[in-house]
Amino acid sequence: MAVVTELRKSASGKGKDPARKSAAHRGDAKAALFFLGPWFLGLIVITLGPMIASGYLSFTDYSLLEAPHWIGLDNYTRMFDDPRLLNSLKVTFTYVIVSVPLQLAAALALAMLLDRGLRGLAFYRSVFYLPSLLGGSVAVALLWRQVFGAEGLVNQFLALFGIQGQGWVSHPDYALGTLIILNVWTFGAPMVIFLAGLRQIPQMYYEAAEIDGAGRWRKFRNITVPLLTPIIFFNLILQLINAFQTFTQAAVISGGTGGPADSTMVYTLYLYQKGFASLDMGYASAMAWLLLAIVAGMTAVNFLASKYWVFYND
Amino acid sequence: MTDVDVRDDAHTPDQKSAPSKASLSELAAEVPGPHKAPVTWRTRSRSVLKHGGLILFGLVMLYPLLWMLSSSFKPNDLIFREPGLIPSDIDLGNYTDGWTALLHPFHHYLFNSAVIVVGSLVGNLVSCSMAAYAFARLQFRGRNLWFAIMLMSIMLPIHVIIVPQYILFSELSWINTFLPLIVPKLLATDAFFIFLMVQFFRGIPTELDEAARLDGCGHIRIYWRIMLPLSVPALATTAIFTFIWTWNDFFSQLIFLTRPDMYTVPIALRTFIDSTGESSWGSLFAMSIVSLVPIFLVFLFGQKYLVKGIATTGIK
Repeated sequence: MAVVTELRKSASGKGKDPARKSAAHRGDAKAALFFLGPWFLGLIVITLGPMIASGYLSFTDYSLLEAPHWIGLDNYTRMFDDPRLLNSLKVTFTYVIVSVPLQLAAALALAMLLDRGLRGLAFYRSVFYLPSLLGGSVAVALLWRQVFGAEGLVNQFLALFGIQGQGWVSHPDYALGTLIILNVWTFGAPMVIFLAGLRQIPQMYYEAAEIDGAGRWRKFRNITVPLLTPIIFFNLILQLINAFQTFTQAAVISGGTGGPADSTMVYTLYLYQKGFASLDMGYASAMAWLLLAIVAGMTAVNFLASKYWVFYND
Repeated sequence: MTDVDVRDDAHTPDQKSAPSKASLSELAAEVPGPHKAPVTWRTRSRSVLKHGGLILFGLVMLYPLLWMLSSSFKPNDLIFREPGLIPSDIDLGNYTDGWTALLHPFHHYLFNSAVIVVGSLVGNLVSCSMAAYAFARLQFRGRNLWFAIMLMSIMLPIHVIIVPQYILFSELSWINTFLPLIVPKLLATDAFFIFLMVQFFRGIPTELDEAARLDGCGHIRIYWRIMLPLSVPALATTAIFTFIWTWNDFFSQLIFLTRPDMYTVPIALRTFIDSTGESSWGSLFAMSIVSLVPIFLVFLFGQKYLVKGIATTGIK
């Protein structure tokens, strides 16, 4: 939550006054040059420089083999006529809009169950958190491919009830669903954040509510949720940004193709294919900037909307 | 909301004096009265139900992983015939087959991954803590602006910079070396950890370094002798997450390492299906398990820092 708090602070100018010189800080500038040197070099060479370069490349036709050739807005206009790109946007938005709320709901539900004083809390927390650490790995993506395969674990289980399953990962209607389940499966990380947030709510609020005769639901609705909104907001931003950039699972589960029938062709996978398989690097750069615009726009909208539902106690 | 207490025993004093730490209806129920006995029974059965449900749910969550572990010991024809967890016959054949199934023996890929992990660890620990020291302790012009830029760079999708980075590194003939994966870490591009350490450094009393300054210590010595030794938890969190992220990283390793002898564990695993066909799930699972063991060990021994790290900063 801290990143969000800090950004809010610096946006509203609440941060500390910068160059208030005092005797104790003489010579700081020189030292800062030393301590920030590596970071600054990285910022210029690895981050900002390439960012500007990719902005430039997005207006060119570039295949790595010959010099970039200026084509103006062509890459951007081309995107709107590219059915595969429009499809990849649809796939990605579906993935984000379905999986993030489910993941956060699971995280909040489990955090509520694991709250204060439950015996074995640390154990449960570990069990539910483990998938978050492993979920990003190629190994788990390969496992998923098997679990939801034609002969996979899910179908073996369904067969116990006499249900004839199908190859979920190889069916265009269901393949994206397996990716969504994989993302929901990693609810442990937001759950741990929720747990920490729940600890911050003073117990006396609940006690006061009880005296007034509030039931479980009323307490959840009128105490827990309002006081937890900053954490919900933080988790939402974080998971939205993550989900938009999902790559590994889609790439591995579909064998790099985004199939079947482009049903798992998430945006970043298409970007990778354009940039690094077809070497259409100008187009890939334009796609990257569209991604940045979407992620930034989504974050900005969330920040604006947060005024109406997030309750800051500061 | 900058530092969240995540200790398991984080009860406020008034909670301790409360009769029960459990759910709210129980609190109400603990009021002494003639109907105490049936209420305790109800409380207990509710708690048994809750634990039962949690255990069942946990089992469902972990079942695929446990199943992969068990399958890695099963001969191929058994994997798809028995969904149970206990293999009827333990067979290490998958491990020996898998180890040599690819162009290079599997320890070759493990070694490659380890090199990148160690390089990234050193890079992140040194460069991010240095930058964090400047942001937390030094006063210089434009500090707030640079700090805001640093915060925003955390949220920048890597895709926006990957194409020019690729061009840059190929100009330098760094493709198919580990340099594109390590050098950026030496330059503190994982700004996330800078932020983590700034937060931590801000919690260290300034009196400590002011006293050291009066004794004639320079910034380098304060950083090295005071801040770093006091920041072991933040450094540990950084190390653990760097380890896990680098070990799991797929996107950038896929782009910068294209020659089989440079493959890391994730890239090698991915080629498994192409080179051995769909028939060898057993050895694929065996090598997948091998690839997850380091993460699992880090998880086991670093849990305290992991949980604290996520709770304070929200990393995955």
